[in-house]
Amino acid sequence: MRINCPYCGNRDVAEFSSMGEEPAKRPDPQQADAQTAFVDYVYLRNNPAGPNKELWYHGQGCRQWLRVNRNTLSHKILGVSLAAGGDQNGK
Amino acid sequence: MKYSLFSLAANTLTKHKNWKPALVDAHPKAKYDAIVIGGGGHGLATAYYLAREFGLTNVAVLEKGAIGLGNVGRNTTIVRSNYLLPQNGVFYQHALSQWETLEKELNYNVMVSQRGVVNLFHSDAQRDAFARRGNAMRLSGADAELLGRDKVQKMMPFLDFDNARFPIMGALLQKTGGTVRHDAVAWGYARAASELGVDIIQNCEVTGFEISNGRATGVQTTRGTILSEKIGISVAGNSSMLAQMGGFRLPIESHLLQAFVTEAVKPLIPNVITFGAGHFYVSQSDKGGLVFGGDLDGYNSYAQRGGIYTLRDVVESGMAIMPMIGRIKLLRSWGGTVDMSMDGSPIIDRAPVEGIFVNAGWCYGGFKATPAAGLSFAHLIARDEPHKIAKAYTLNRFASGHIIDEKGQGAQPNLH
Repeated sequence: MRINCPYCGNRDVAEFSSMGEEPAKRPDPQQADAQTAFVDYVYLRNNPAGPNKELWYHGQGCRQWLRVNRNTLSHKILGVSLAAGGDQNGK
Repeated sequence: MKYSLFSLAANTLTKHKNWKPALVDAHPKAKYDAIVIGGGGHGLATAYYLAREFGLTNVAVLEKGAIGLGNVGRNTTIVRSNYLLPQNGVFYQHALSQWETLEKELNYNVMVSQRGVVNLFHSDAQRDAFARRGNAMRLSGADAELLGRDKVQKMMPFLDFDNARFPIMGALLQKTGGTVRHDAVAWGYARAASELGVDIIQNCEVTGFEISNGRATGVQTTRGTILSEKIGISVAGNSSMLAQMGGFRLPIESHLLQAFVTEAVKPLIPNVITFGAGHFYVSQSDKGGLVFGGDLDGYNSYAQRGGIYTLRDVVESGMAIMPMIGRIKLLRSWGGTVDMSMDGSPIIDRAPVEGIFVNAGWCYGGFKATPAAGLSFAHLIARDEPHKIAKAYTLNRFASGHIIDEKGQGAQPNLH
């Protein structure tokens, strides 16, 4: 598997580490159901078989966090963008 | 048919033409008292114990492919109970004691070989940690022995004791650990369950649940709808997919774990050996091949195949303790999809949907747990209460804070 890093170009997966699927927005600790929301946020996963929006860290390259859309059935990379400066919709 | 010396002799006289199939290839009925989804080691064991221990024989095992082709046939066949935390220690020790009598119980040769599991240590700090682990194992009823360098050298003279970076200072030995022929376990349980009246239905993929008023009443499958008030999910690797069909989420990620086997050589490795400074575990099969494995590839995957960089890492670890394997040829490698849970420990509990039960999150350790997982899951399904050895394996432990994190890694499954 190779990941096309926006800074470094096409690099072997061994240079990166995966943080798993991108979590939903961090809950507000002040909200009424904060306890349940944080358990969901920290522990529960969608874990899809198919396209998965993930966070990867390019530790042996530019040391940037990347948003990677990757198919977990085929390992095909569907899209890569920088995590910094954008929200979860890539904006 | 009971397998025995007598049945072997009798069938020899008839030139082996009268052997009966080991299990009935069943067709789905409209309704069962209980359904177990997944015809792997755990699912088949669950069905067997449902029939044998709890008298439920109107049971179906639904397998999307053929039995025994998933993780039960893809692991490195090691059985052990060398855990630190008491929740795991007691559970896995129960499993190990079940392995000891399993062949007699199933009337099936699963080749249980208690050849010993040796965990090497390479520093003073690691010796202290292993001594602590050994004491914890003894408290959980397991056997453990701390070996000095000289004893290890006598047992395994081929190890690289004077490795400059990771010298071998000794080992923690569990004599009762060892290996079991993995696919024989699936076949043994399937045959025994089938004889007790369980329907083992192959090529029957579950595509959804029948849920009415918040209660599961059956499953939709590629071979029609099958009704049941009790449905057990035992599908390591794909647990999240089944959960999604039921409308809930699990604290699990599916990861990729590879295993490797070399060409066959004469008896070389007397037991199971693990490297303490990296991740490498090896044993020798009865056929002669060295069977070994290491770390996860590290990313979510359902592909059942992995990358070369993991192989390189595993082989480097192997070379660090036994440089002689540098001259052996690698024959095969394969990958399995494992359920990595958020604390590295399994889940045997009721699902958030009434009528559905979950046996999942076994990480690397599912194979050795097979008999105890089957028994505990059957207990939960039949009696609707957890077995005493599996009380800690609840789903809500993540909310209540009672997590069972052997390695202290936190909610980062690829590190467990």
